Amino acid sequence: MASGQQWVLVEMVQAFYEAPAYHLILEGILILWIIRLLFSKTYKLQERSDLTEKEKEELIEEWQPEPLVPLVSKDHPSLNYDVVTGFVSAVSGHISEEMNLPPSHKIIVNGKECVNFASFNFLGLLESERVKLKALSSLKKYGVGTCGPRGFYGTFDVHLELEERLAKFMRTEEAIIYSYGFATIASAIPAYSKRGDIIFVDEAACFSIQKGLQASRSFIKYFKHNDMEDLERLLKEQEIEDQKNPRKAKVIRRFIVIEGLYINTADLCPLPELVKLKYKYKVRIFLEESMSFGVLGEHGRGVTEHFGVNIDDIDLISANMENALASIGGFCCGRSFVIDHQRLSGQGYCFSASLPPMLAAAAIEALNIMEEDPGLFRVLRDKCKHVHKALQGTPGLKVVGEPLAPALHLQLENSSGSRTDDLKLLRAIVDYSLDRQIALTLARYLDKEERFLPPPSIRVVVTVEQTQEEIERAAQCIRQAAEKILK
Amino acid sequence: MTQNSASKLINGDALHRTKQDKKAGGNGFVKNHCLFQQKRHRRPAEKSHHASCTSLYKKPFVESFEETPLLVAVLTYMGYGILTIFGYLRDFLRDWKFEKCHLAREREEQKDFVPLYQDFENFYTRNLYMRIRDNWNRPICSVPGAKMDLLERVTPDYNWTFEHTGNVLKDVINMGSYNYLGFAENTGTCADAASECTVKYGVGVSSTRQEIGNLDKHEELEILVARFLGVESSMAFGMGFATNSMNIPALTGKGCLILSDELNHASLVLGARLSGSTIRVFKHNNMQSLEKLLRDAIVHGQPRTHRPWKKILILVEGIYSMEGSIVRLPEVIALKKKYKAYLYLDEAHSIGALGPRGRGVVDYFGLDPSDVDIMMGTFTKSFGAAGGYIGGKKELIDYLRLHSHSTVYATSMSPPIIQQIITSMKCIMGEDGSTLGQERLCQLSENTTYFRRRLHEMGFIIYGNNDSPVVPLMLYMPAKIGAFGREMLKRNIGTVVVGFPATPIIESRARFCVSAAHTREMLDKALNAISEVGDLLQLKYSRKNRHGNEGSDSFSFLESHQD
Repeated sequence: MASGQQWVLVEMVQAFYEAPAYHLILEGILILWIIRLLFSKTYKLQERSDLTEKEKEELIEEWQPEPLVPLVSKDHPSLNYDVVTGFVSAVSGHISEEMNLPPSHKIIVNGKECVNFASFNFLGLLESERVKLKALSSLKKYGVGTCGPRGFYGTFDVHLELEERLAKFMRTEEAIIYSYGFATIASAIPAYSKRGDIIFVDEAACFSIQKGLQASRSFIKYFKHNDMEDLERLLKEQEIEDQKNPRKAKVIRRFIVIEGLYINTADLCPLPELVKLKYKYKVRIFLEESMSFGVLGEHGRGVTEHFGVNIDDIDLISANMENALASIGGFCCGRSFVIDHQRLSGQGYCFSASLPPMLAAAAIEALNIMEEDPGLFRVLRDKCKHVHKALQGTPGLKVVGEPLAPALHLQLENSSGSRTDDLKLLRAIVDYSLDRQIALTLARYLDKEERFLPPPSIRVVVTVEQTQEEIERAAQCIRQAAEKILK
Repeated sequence: MTQNSASKLINGDALHRTKQDKKAGGNGFVKNHCLFQQKRHRRPAEKSHHASCTSLYKKPFVESFEETPLLVAVLTYMGYGILTIFGYLRDFLRDWKFEKCHLAREREEQKDFVPLYQDFENFYTRNLYMRIRDNWNRPICSVPGAKMDLLERVTPDYNWTFEHTGNVLKDVINMGSYNYLGFAENTGTCADAASECTVKYGVGVSSTRQEIGNLDKHEELEILVARFLGVESSMAFGMGFATNSMNIPALTGKGCLILSDELNHASLVLGARLSGSTIRVFKHNNMQSLEKLLRDAIVHGQPRTHRPWKKILILVEGIYSMEGSIVRLPEVIALKKKYKAYLYLDEAHSIGALGPRGRGVVDYFGLDPSDVDIMMGTFTKSFGAAGGYIGGKKELIDYLRLHSHSTVYATSMSPPIIQQIITSMKCIMGEDGSTLGQERLCQLSENTTYFRRRLHEMGFIIYGNNDSPVVPLMLYMPAKIGAFGREMLKRNIGTVVVGFPATPIIESRARFCVSAAHTREMLDKALNAISEVGDLLQLKYSRKNRHGNEGSDSFSFLESHQD
């Protein structure tokens, strides 16, 4: 081999001698040309026009930013909020002995006394004397604020107790509390699902879920509201995708994010089918229960209890403590394997001041009441059915939602075609009712931010405190208003 | 000395002196037309720096970040190296069941799912954090005031689980809570007013501001906050974190540029991300870096399309909670005006804690609040409550009333919390008819100066501005994080220690938050303990004292200008 190579070399040298002179000259020129090409910058990448300082100054001078915020017209319908105050009632006829009632069942909206059909105070715990006393005694012990996040001396014994109690109540291994209901699911989702992971979400998912999805930066696949076939179609598509690239599929986490009772539609999720799909396609389920916790099920444990689904089949349940529990904040519960991760990765948990102890204490007392008296949930269910029935047949309005749902929507049967006009009509109904001592509210949305904007509606909220007579009166009032305003 | 700091704030000294040993350096690239770059060009020494900024700073601006000693840096890296090697070893032993694994496991039914966590994700937690986990989440069972009671915890299995013994560690001096003005109290006017409010309003609201959760209390608070800040209008929200993360998206969007300080809080970062704007990061408190970004942004416009940016928003914090530094607000405002950008100022730590009237960093520099477009802050810290606010022009607040995520979707603030804010804020403003608030402000700034000066004299490396009540003390090495926290607790002092990822990997630190509620005795006790532990753990790294007392020099320099 070595001798062969030598032979080639010799041949090359010989060829060099034998070549004609013009040939050598030409080659020499070519070599020089190549060297020149290598070392020179004769070509131009693009017309690089470095701006002079003066030009830059002019550009800076010239640039006019948009105003920080667009101007809001002074008479925008939702600019001026309804002002709500508590109720002052004279005890046993003596005007001098006035008693303040918290704004809960009876409220004063813009100076008008009303029965509340708008706050999510399902169990009527807003004005519970027991809850108040517990909060007061906690205030005496701990003061108001916590002055720190959980990690830095912001963990109070009350927080640990509340977490333990919530876990016990929901029959899960662990619970974690957040200081803000909205931040709960919005922090929980991005704690697990990262860039490249896939989340399947119901189109009707509430806004805090949407924000969680956005913060996670995962792939989001929306399925039609409560449409299991559509979900399965997406899951199948993904399965086919996975088969193409099994190595990648092994690290892509998948989640289904659903609500127990949808706040936007008042529909129940078909949980048993979802659990089936979960095991079939190996997807984890995150369940948001803000509307169903403390409402559905024999003991108020929510939609899992309602359907008799094993709670361990749900990977994560989140709910806020602002509706049924009538306090502030939210919680997540599930197995320790899942929940514990949030203690270092849940942004709203790690980086935010912890829940004021008095609010945690109030939530504990509310849980006590719920545990002591499961009859509450039956009463609430009956009332829900009653309201649902009473509202049927209102002219021009349709009732949207399950009979079990404590927060129903009244939508226009015939939309005028313009959202603003629809909202005006509905607002007129709300105002009419306010004048007749029934407090209702429009369901509010950020029109431009919602992924799938729900149609305009009036929200009717059922609480255990509403009496038979009040419900009749409210239904009557709404009917009259609809007849008058919708013609 | 004790009265000096307070009067210093009020008198104002027309001198400016920076000693940014580390952070400001190494960012050379400068051009002639910029506001804050000329001086760097023709700056033979620091002297001319003072002169050029005289107009902007009314008092000395002393901020120091002493450089990490080389040997310490090397040893710190070695420490992490050793921990990592041991971590792998332990993981190996756990895999082969030589060592018991305490981690919660996946359910049997879901073993064949895609793993919820990637293995390396938790390497740090498992092998580093777990060793010193007892320094965090210490449960407390009293008011988080100047002294607090801690529940005693023991761990039978090296921090994997904790058990409460039932004992209470009484009267631990609290150097960790953000209780700057000492309003974390369970007695006194604030607590009384809050309980009265609880009786009247209950604790919850169960609705949103836009629906039926807008109490008269909310309106009252917002009017007061606007008056306190000296702005046209304001709006309050239930959670400080969410105030940032839910309102920035309402202000900027696609086609807008956000310029964010590299050390901004997670909530600002999240808000910026959720907004969908382009985000560019400038070096911490470095005006040259900010100006360069601003110039480039306006000159070059959006990437690829080269359209001009719709608007540019600068995000800064008043006091940076991990560095103890104060934003160079006069310079930021000058830049913002020159380049027509908008300014979002997060005063989470500075509101109440800075300024002769407790109005935060704007007050501290004696600036006009209307120069800051968006004044944001929290009620958690100085006011001893919870929540956050945004203040600014009426147009801005009107817009937020319609478009803030919080007003539409989140439950409104709890009434007793509002009452706590109202009462404490009125106290700071002196509207309660007493001078209590003013006394607290003076006390805080006195305590801050005293505490910082003593630590400095002891030879510790402490970061940040001389007037900042957030005092980070550098520990550097990972093993010292745990040791410091534990040794301090043994001496009955509760401190916060932080390491990676909250800080750069080699800059682990302990952080003290000075409060107006701390008495001189408490501070002395804490300082003695810190000194003792500092000797024990060899934490007195500072070389300034050894080399011709450069450190205390700056203090005497300040004092000489007092009279």
